[in-house]
Amino acid sequence: MEIVMAFVIGILFMSATYLMLSKSLLRIIIGTGLLSHGAHLLILTMGGLKRGTVPLLGEEASSYTDPIPQALILTAIVISFGVTAFFLVLAYRAYKELGTDNTERLRGNEGND
Amino acid sequence: MKEMINFLILPLLIPFLTGILLIFFAKNVVIQRWIAAFSAFFNVIIAFLLVQKVRNDGILTLDVSSWQAPFGITLVSDMISALLVLTTTIIALTSVIYSFRSIGIERERYFYYPALNFLIVGVIGAFTTGDIFNLFVFFEVLLMASYVLLVLGGTKIQLRETIKYILVNVISSALFVIAVAYLYSVVGTLNMAHISVRLNELGQSGIITVIAVLFLIVFGLKGGIFPLYFWLPGSYYAPPAPVMALFGALLTKVGVYAIMRTYTLFFIHDTGYTHQLLMILTIITIIVGVIGAIAFSDIKKIIIYNIIVAIGVILFGVSVMTPDSIAGSVFYLIHDMIIKAGLFLLIGIIIAITGTSDLRKISGLIKRYPGLGWTFFLAALVLAGIPPFSGFVGKVLIVKGGFESEHYWGAGIVLTSSLLVLFSIMKIFINGFWGTPQDYKGEDKVPVRKLLIAPVILVTISVLYGAGSEFIFPYISQAAETLANPSIYIDAVLKEW
Repeated sequence: MEIVMAFVIGILFMSATYLMLSKSLLRIIIGTGLLSHGAHLLILTMGGLKRGTVPLLGEEASSYTDPIPQALILTAIVISFGVTAFFLVLAYRAYKELGTDNTERLRGNEGND
Repeated sequence: MKEMINFLILPLLIPFLTGILLIFFAKNVVIQRWIAAFSAFFNVIIAFLLVQKVRNDGILTLDVSSWQAPFGITLVSDMISALLVLTTTIIALTSVIYSFRSIGIERERYFYYPALNFLIVGVIGAFTTGDIFNLFVFFEVLLMASYVLLVLGGTKIQLRETIKYILVNVISSALFVIAVAYLYSVVGTLNMAHISVRLNELGQSGIITVIAVLFLIVFGLKGGIFPLYFWLPGSYYAPPAPVMALFGALLTKVGVYAIMRTYTLFFIHDTGYTHQLLMILTIITIIVGVIGAIAFSDIKKIIIYNIIVAIGVILFGVSVMTPDSIAGSVFYLIHDMIIKAGLFLLIGIIIAITGTSDLRKISGLIKRYPGLGWTFFLAALVLAGIPPFSGFVGKVLIVKGGFESEHYWGAGIVLTSSLLVLFSIMKIFINGFWGTPQDYKGEDKVPVRKLLIAPVILVTISVLYGAGSEFIFPYISQAAETLANPSIYIDAVLKEW
C-alpha cells in the first residue's frame, strides 16, 4: 500500500511542478493546490498505513492507528485552503489592475513600472 | 508556581487579542492607533519581565492544555527565545509609532494594525514554540499576515511582487510539511526536545542528513541564504517603509532562528556534512550580499542586500559551532534586528522627503535635516561594527570562533565584509547627505521630526546595546550555553523523563 501511495504522491508532485512552471497564473495556483495535496498524502503515508482501532483507553485491541498524522493533515489542509483562497483573490485583483495573468508580463522591477 | 509558568504565553496573547480587538475599530483610526501603541508598549514590558524571569529561573516551559511533553504542544522560553521575543516587541512598538505619520489613513482603515499584530503573533510564536509542527503553524500565521501587509495598498508593484512572494512561500511551506513528515517517520515524535533525544539514540544515518538538508532549504528560503535569496530583493522592495522594517528585521530572522535551533538541537551528529554545507552557503551568501550592496545605487536595494550579508554572518557563526561563535551569532542576531529596523525607517524618511530611492537624484540632505543626517551616520557606524558599537562585539566573537576552529577563509571573509558594508552604507551618507542641497517636491509636508522618533529610539537602543555589552553579555552567554548544550534544553522540557 505504501508503494502505491508513493506513486500517487509522486504523480501529484510531478503534475504540480508542471503546472507551476506554466505562464498562466490560474494554472500556477492549481499547481500549488496539487502540491499541498501531495504533501498531505505524504504525511499520512509517513505515519505508517496500518489497520487498527482508535487509540482510546478501554479499547483493547492488538493494534492502534496513529492519530497524529491525521491531526497534522487537518491543520495543514485548513492552512492551505486559506492560502489558496487568498491567492485566488489576489490573482483576480492583479488581473484587473495589471490587465494580464501571464507571468511573462509580470516580470521586471522598479525600472519598468 | 503553576500560574507563573503561564507567563511565557502572554507576549503571544497580547498581540493576538489586540489584533482581534482592532478589527472592530477598523474605521476609527484614532482609537486603533491608541490601542495598537498601548498594547505594543505593554508587550515590551512583559517581554522584558520574561527575559528577567528566564535569567533568574532558567528555561520556562508550558505544556498547553496540560498535555505532558512530549505528547502535547509545548511552549518553551529559553534565553535566546526570550531575548528574540523582547527584540520583536521593541521593533513592533517602533514600527507602530512610525506608522502613525507615514503609512497613510487609507491603509490604516483597511486592517493595517490588525495585520501587523497578527504578524507579531506569528513571529513570537515561532520563537517560543517547542514543537516542530507548531513551528510550521506559526510560520503560516506570520506568512498570512505578511501577505496582507505586502499587498495592502494594492499598487501595481505590490500586486506583482506579492504574487511571487506567495508562490515562493507556498512552495517552501509544502517542503516544510514534507520535511516534518520525513522527520516524523524516522523519530515518531514532534516535540523538539524529544526529537533531539530520539536522534541521539539513532545517531546520524543517511536519511537524517537528507532531512537536515531539506530543513536547510525550507528555512533558507525564509531566511534568504544563497542560492535561495532570489525572491528577497524584489519582494522587500515593494511595501512602504514600516512594513519593510518589519519584514527586514523580523521575517528573515525567523528563518535564521529556525536554522539555529534545528542545527544546534537536531542535526549535530554529522556536522562534517551538514555544517560544512551551511558554512559554504553562508560564505557565498556574504559575498553575494556584499556585491549587491556595493553595486546598487538605490538606497532600498543597498539596505536589502545588507540584510543578506548579515544573515550570512550570523549563520557562519552557527556553522562554526564553537561556544564563542554561537554567542557571537546570538549577539549579532539581536544587534542586526534592531539596527536593520532603524535603517529601514531612516531610509523611509529619506524617500518620503525626496520622493525617490535613487541615490543619484538625492544630495545635500544634511543641510536641511541635520538630525536625520547624524542619526543615519550613527546607524551606519553601528551597522558596520565600528568598535564601541554593537556590531563589533558580535563579529569579534564570530571571527574568534572561526579562527579557533581554523576556518581562516570564512573568518577572513566575515572581516572583509564589514569593511565593504561600511563602504556601501557610507555611499548613501556621502551621496545623499553631502553635496549641494536640492529642493524636493512635497518635502514640506513630511513631518520629519515626528517620524524621527522611532528610528532614534532604535538607534539609541542599538548604541546602548553595544556600550553596555558588559552588562548584557551574561544574558547572551546563557542563550548560547543552551544552544551549545542541547541537554539543558531537553532536561527542561522533558522534566519527568
